[in-house]
Amino acid sequence: MKWEVVIGLEVHTQLTTKSKIFSPASTAFGAAPNTQTAVVDIALPGALPVMNKSVVDKAIQFGLAIGANVRRRSVFARKNYFYPDLPKGYQISQFELPVVEGGAITINVDGVEKTINLTRAHLEEDAGKSVHEGMVGMTGIDLNRAGTPLLEIVSEPEMRSAAEAVAYAKALYSLVTWIGICDGNMQEGSFRCDVNVSVRPEGQKEFGTRREIKNLNSFRFIEQAVKSEVRWQIETIEDGGTIQQATVLFDPDTGETRMMRSKEDAHDYRYFPDPDLPPLVISEEWIERVRSELPELPAAMKTRFESQYSIPAYDAGTLTASKALAAYFEATVAAGADAKLSANWIMGDVSATLNREEKDISECPVSAAALASLIKRVQDNTINNKTAKDVLRKMWETGDAADTIIERDGLKQETDTGAIEAIIDGVLAANAGMVEEFRAGKEKAFNALVGQCMKASKGKANPAVVNEILKQKLA
Amino acid sequence: MFEKSIKQLSAGLAAGEFSAVELATEFLQRAKALNGQLNAFITLNEDLTLAQARAADATRAAGHAGALTGVPLAHKDIFCQEGWRTTCGSKMLENFVSPYSAHVVENIARAGMVTLGRTNMDEFAMGSSNENSYFGAVKNPWDVNAVPGGSSGGSAAAVAARLAPVATATDTGGSIRQPAAFCGVTGIKPTYGVVSRFGMIAYASSLDQGGPIGKSAEDCALLLNVMAGFDERDATSVERATEDYTRDLAQPLSGLRIGLPKEYFAEGLDAEVARAIDAAIAEYKKLGATIVEISLPNTRMAIPSYYVIAPAEASSNLSRFDGVRYGHRAAQYDGLTEMYEKTRAEGFGWEVKRRILTGTYVLSHGYYDAYYLQAQRVRQLLANDFAAGLAQCDVIAAPVAPTAAWNIGEKTDDPLAMYLADIYTLGVNLAGLPGLSHPIGFAGNGRPIGMQLIGNYFAEARLLNAAHQYQQVTDWHTRAPVL
Repeated sequence: MKWEVVIGLEVHTQLTTKSKIFSPASTAFGAAPNTQTAVVDIALPGALPVMNKSVVDKAIQFGLAIGANVRRRSVFARKNYFYPDLPKGYQISQFELPVVEGGAITINVDGVEKTINLTRAHLEEDAGKSVHEGMVGMTGIDLNRAGTPLLEIVSEPEMRSAAEAVAYAKALYSLVTWIGICDGNMQEGSFRCDVNVSVRPEGQKEFGTRREIKNLNSFRFIEQAVKSEVRWQIETIEDGGTIQQATVLFDPDTGETRMMRSKEDAHDYRYFPDPDLPPLVISEEWIERVRSELPELPAAMKTRFESQYSIPAYDAGTLTASKALAAYFEATVAAGADAKLSANWIMGDVSATLNREEKDISECPVSAAALASLIKRVQDNTINNKTAKDVLRKMWETGDAADTIIERDGLKQETDTGAIEAIIDGVLAANAGMVEEFRAGKEKAFNALVGQCMKASKGKANPAVVNEILKQKLA
Repeated sequence: MFEKSIKQLSAGLAAGEFSAVELATEFLQRAKALNGQLNAFITLNEDLTLAQARAADATRAAGHAGALTGVPLAHKDIFCQEGWRTTCGSKMLENFVSPYSAHVVENIARAGMVTLGRTNMDEFAMGSSNENSYFGAVKNPWDVNAVPGGSSGGSAAAVAARLAPVATATDTGGSIRQPAAFCGVTGIKPTYGVVSRFGMIAYASSLDQGGPIGKSAEDCALLLNVMAGFDERDATSVERATEDYTRDLAQPLSGLRIGLPKEYFAEGLDAEVARAIDAAIAEYKKLGATIVEISLPNTRMAIPSYYVIAPAEASSNLSRFDGVRYGHRAAQYDGLTEMYEKTRAEGFGWEVKRRILTGTYVLSHGYYDAYYLQAQRVRQLLANDFAAGLAQCDVIAAPVAPTAAWNIGEKTDDPLAMYLADIYTLGVNLAGLPGLSHPIGFAGNGRPIGMQLIGNYFAEARLLNAAHQYQQVTDWHTRAPVL
């Protein structure tokens, strides 16, 4: 039997606000336990939550960025359950009326575009953390994270493979970091995915029973977990078993998913509207203010790059993968470099070196202006492409300007035809054999002669000029 | 000294007749002498009190005294007060010393008032008789065999027994008005949102409201001036211009239309209470008021609506008392679940447990619509009733409770009978309206009877004006129990 995989994602993105969603305490990561806690975060008696408006700004930004409906009135509800890292005994979340409804994100798998619809995005607070390290016979509680604002983004079950799930997660990641509502630090838990997976016989309309894989914090884990879960579900059904609705955890060490709790163990969260918080009312003016502050979005920027810089769609797509990369490209062009050459250099040597050094474009030791001055030396024939690669490497290592390195190392390419002619004459005289071969019809010999000429010029001869004169001489 | 109004105390302080320290010392001595009998205070802390009094005297010496600087008061043990044990009448918080202060406490401290102590109350404000306190029942100063009402029974008893000139209190379903009535003092529950709930330990968040209890409407107005005000730390606090609640006290009542809701004077109302209200209404007529009969047809639904909504909110609000971070924790337990179970089983009293269970039930999957949502619909109907009623009159006059104070122990085995006694006060909380209670006489057994005045939203000054005018021509509010 052929099986179809059905996947939906719930992604918890931690919003980049200075203070918590319902308290004035700081959200900074890594402080000593329980030092970033206001009375609300420890849930002292009498403490009350107050909505942080900048959190709402971020939710509106997201809603606008995905073309969703931003609800003019949404409601905070209490999700009741007991756990030591949940100080109030309930989490403030949104249940029936979320702040963002609908919207869509485009993904691209192997060159095929697909639109994934979103169900909703709602605001909620994060819980604290249980601490086991250094505790003997007890568990510690750190409430620094309690009350950190989260936007939970829920997709429709529209992904049909692990690859699509990963592509969706990456596209979402790219978007939330692009618009700056999330810092994207997955190690610190800023972007966590719950993945709902089910399988059904191809052609069947009804969904199969789903299992939810909790808390995946890397794209690689999403891929591994979904593949493992799909394999397990198909095997189970084919062996005559049935799938029970459950929550599972992914173990990166074994590469397998294991049961956390079954549907029978599921909590009754007893949701009800939080009487401490009036409904969140968002005015038209508020939405318009956020819209006016919204940065240009990746899709729009890609289209603009294609027309404004006359670069291919592929280049425009690559360069708009992150806001920092796009900004680097635009700065390079603004500093006078040719657009297509800039694209080539950035997607080529610059990206390759960054990858090798595991650095982000924001950490690139060669500034956009410095790269532009290098590219300009290629454009005006001061150096050739091959020399430029060496110069870039030296710029990377020393931080020196391109012109300084070219001058100091005498890398200026030879364009004087007289001087080049003299070099060629020397090469032809010394390589009579090759000349013979070329004349006998071996085209390869021509390239070998060019190589010899370049070598003789210590790489400084302009290859185009060499080609031209050599052709004339051998004609 | 103990019979003086706030105004008189303030004048005495200003004239140097006595210092804040002397005043506090006198009240403390009386409180200490009588608390064994009445159990009105859970905590008295002479050091903290006198430190505040000395600070008040210093403020006055420096020429910075305000109207209430140095005037003593008692705080209901529900308002968090930095440095003071804040128990909320529960074993759960028996040893909890608050690291921060409620908005109300801060405002009062800023005004220079001196805290005499922390008054007894029903555990987590759940009760109508003050018998649900972990620290023991409060006795009614008029008759130590009678309950003082609840949940602010300690505050009402302290003011009635002249252990404090005024006291803070809270009212979720009648907890200011009913003990004020039972103890023969005056109290007002303001419009929901007028007094910040920040630092006021939550029972039912959408109903809880702080307010003053005093000997007179004037004293209540003066204390309310300090308690009220917008607070950005409470999202349900109403942002509006500050009011002087004494501004209309002197206004004559000619033309005041008093509405009498017929449903409040039907079966179940004790004849003595009904007669006392008739007499009070006659006084109001003499003061120039006119009477209109109105109808609040959904009145009887207030009890089921309240006893769904309040426990629902309470069941969630009290989840934080889990033994993890502060408060009581069971001494012996095996694992997390048992720690929760034993901690909460030991830390909460029966009435609190009953309401947590009720609340948990009505919010459960499959019952939510039938109970919680239905109760919210009824709540809207009750608000509509009041809106229609208040369109026909300026204030509504009503009984506070069906009877005067009952005997201690009389209803403790019958929670339903206790709930039914809240019939006249619950609607005001469900609608979010202001309600005042002032003394209008005594039952044959010598226990006080009060009457309720209900006004439209933010009509506190009007209610205080009416009660004050009544108190200019009657002396019920000046009567004090013999102790």
